Amino acid sequence: MSVKLNTRQVGDVTVIDVSGRITLGEGSSALRDVLRELTAKGNKKILLNLGDVSYIDSSGIGELVSGFTTVANQGGTLKLLSLTKRVKDLLQITKLYTVFDVHEEEAHAVRSFA
Amino acid sequence: MALETGVKEVLDNHYPSTLESVDVAEGEILKAAEQAGFDEEDQHRIGMAVRECMVNAVVHGNRYNRNKKVHVSVSVERLSLSDEKSGQGTRFTIRITDQGEGFELDEVPDPLHDTNLLRHSGRGLFLMGAFMDDLKICKAPPAGTVVTLVKNISPHE
Repeated sequence: MSVKLNTRQVGDVTVIDVSGRITLGEGSSALRDVLRELTAKGNKKILLNLGDVSYIDSSGIGELVSGFTTVANQGGTLKLLSLTKRVKDLLQITKLYTVFDVHEEEAHAVRSFA
Repeated sequence: MALETGVKEVLDNHYPSTLESVDVAEGEILKAAEQAGFDEEDQHRIGMAVRECMVNAVVHGNRYNRNKKVHVSVSVERLSLSDEKSGQGTRFTIRITDQGEGFELDEVPDPLHDTNLLRHSGRGLFLMGAFMDDLKICKAPPAGTVVTLVKNISPHE
């Protein structure tokens, strides 16, 4: 299953629900396109919900990092929500877990942008 | 029941330098890993390492060149350990060879260094090493790189 992205608004926070595989090719480029589109529109509070992401490779990790820096460079913040154990492990061994602001509950994550 | 000892070649294929080959090779190696007896979590780790290695071979090694192939071989070795109480282990060895120009391992930046943490790329080799028990990278004369990935099943797993 390739990646699926659904964008919704919770107050002034843009939540992107991601499901499937974020891998080299379609998966990572789709995420890149959505993040660039949102930052171009001026969205500065972006929450990436990875709860239904089954697989992520180094290219996918690269897109998360790239998205993080792209949003930050526009004066915004990108946070992560609902990591699966495998994605969490991957971010921990690549030392990125402490780079991202990671939340388990959406309501808590949304409030943290205030 | 005692398992037969020795080395058995379970896969020996040449793949075109396309991203589709990454999926195909990953699927075939995972099937071999399951048959070798790896549990779901180890299959996931092997799949991750194979995927990173195949992407490197196709994208950075062969640079999608239609005239170049990626050679993949997999062997399963049943190890008869000297200590009879230890039983038998299994060594699963994957070799992925490209026909690219090669690279110097010393020149690959450490992705865990503070200055490299926010780099977009450069984590593939590190992840291969993290998910497998052994990783070897050698030049493959006359041109190319052979990456050897090893995963073991200990007799007590």
